[in-house]
Amino acid sequence: MSLKVKALKKSLWVFHLSTASCNNCDIEILDLLTPRHDVERFGIVLVGSIKHADVLLVTGIVNKKCKPIVKKLYDQMPKPGFVVAVGTCSAGRGMFENTYMVDEHEPLDKVIPVDAYIPGCPPKPEAIIDGIVKLLKK
Amino acid sequence: MKFFVYMMEFIIFPGFLFTATVGLLASWVDRKVTARIQYRMGPPWYQGFADIVKLLGKETLLPSGASKHFFLFAPLLGLAGVTLVSSFLWIANIDGNKSFVGDIVVALYLLTLPAISLILAGFASNNPVASIGSSREIKLVLSYELPFILAIVVPIIKSGGSISINGILSNQAANGMTASSLSGFIALLVGILCMQAKLGLVPFDISEAETELTGGPIIDYSGAPLAVFKLTKAMLLFTVPVFLIVVFMGGIAVSGISILWSTLKYVMLLVIIILIRNTNPRLRIDQALRFFWGPVTGLAVVAVVLALFGL
Ligand code: SF4
Repeated sequence: MSLKVKALKKSLWVFHLSTASCNNCDIEILDLLTPRHDVERFGIVLVGSIKHADVLLVTGIVNKKCKPIVKKLYDQMPKPGFVVAVGTCSAGRGMFENTYMVDEHEPLDKVIPVDAYIPGCPPKPEAIIDGIVKLLKK
Repeated sequence: MKFFVYMMEFIIFPGFLFTATVGLLASWVDRKVTARIQYRMGPPWYQGFADIVKLLGKETLLPSGASKHFFLFAPLLGLAGVTLVSSFLWIANIDGNKSFVGDIVVALYLLTLPAISLILAGFASNNPVASIGSSREIKLVLSYELPFILAIVVPIIKSGGSISINGILSNQAANGMTASSLSGFIALLVGILCMQAKLGLVPFDISEAETELTGGPIIDYSGAPLAVFKLTKAMLLFTVPVFLIVVFMGGIAVSGISILWSTLKYVMLLVIIILIRNTNPRLRIDQALRFFWGPVTGLAVVAVVLALFGL
């Protein structure tokens, strides 16, 4: 494994993008940063600018309004970078499956490539850590 | 040959590599202590290095409409500035004969370079948020430079008007450190406050303001240039306290048991920085300006007057 990949695995900077989520997933993500779960142990920090990020964390469904924004943000992320879909919503549209503002058959992974899915409505913080660990093993 | 030795000094020992290594370790100490204060575990010791290597391996994106040359040149300016100051201080510390008249003034100028590089970076990236960050940085520089320079005047007066690092150091070796007198102590307090602003740490991280400006001037940077900015910041975390130690606390000894004492001085300043950072909310820019031009400048003037009376 090259030094570059090793360093990348030790220092993931996360940009949190909430498309039309119900905010429950977002709260669980904030939980990750609290003393109890403390993801800074693994070098994971939340950054405010997509240009600094290695991971694009998407919560919520991608509706018609959000779609171009999600695409744009993905293009702005410096590669190599990952996309993690948190929650049933972003993985497979969840309970918003049949609503009018969502394009038919267009969950997140049809819009941008997704590297890891973390199911749950909302997923527990432990599940999110587990997902990230699985992503890193890949 | 001489040129070669200078290059070695600039790049390896007191210069770039040494400062970067210690600086990154210091930034780890900062994050770890912060984490412990918040009852967390904190990152492992190699975190700073991992961050830098990772950033070097990433893509560099140029924002559309940005001024390409300034955008890429700005980070190097800051890095060169901080490396030079660090080499200066250490060389003058190790071998007093290499110090020259006026080098403290040069060091003062060079210490401003990282801030100027941030300002240039923000204006070059064609991003409204970055521009706001830059304009705040300008105001911040204007506000803290005045008391900082006044504070540095105190040790100069104490050493009989000598403006070389060596003069100040040898005076302290003869008469005890500057901070042991009343005026020197007040000046050191002023220096610590200005240092916090120079490092851009809470409560004076107004230009980076993570929650509102999301990184301020460096918002549009990615990859290697961002790594250079992070590195500059880590190196400043080492260099500025060393500067204060040199002018106020008797300098750094590099032989025998006194290495421990010197390290202790640095760690003490670092802990003060971290404690200030963790116990204060961010100020607004106008509050910071009022703070530095009001009470802090007042204190600095008192220190200068006291020093003139020989206290
Ligand atoms: S997955 Fe569930 S908790 Fe998460 S945003 Fe969707 S509805 Fe909310």
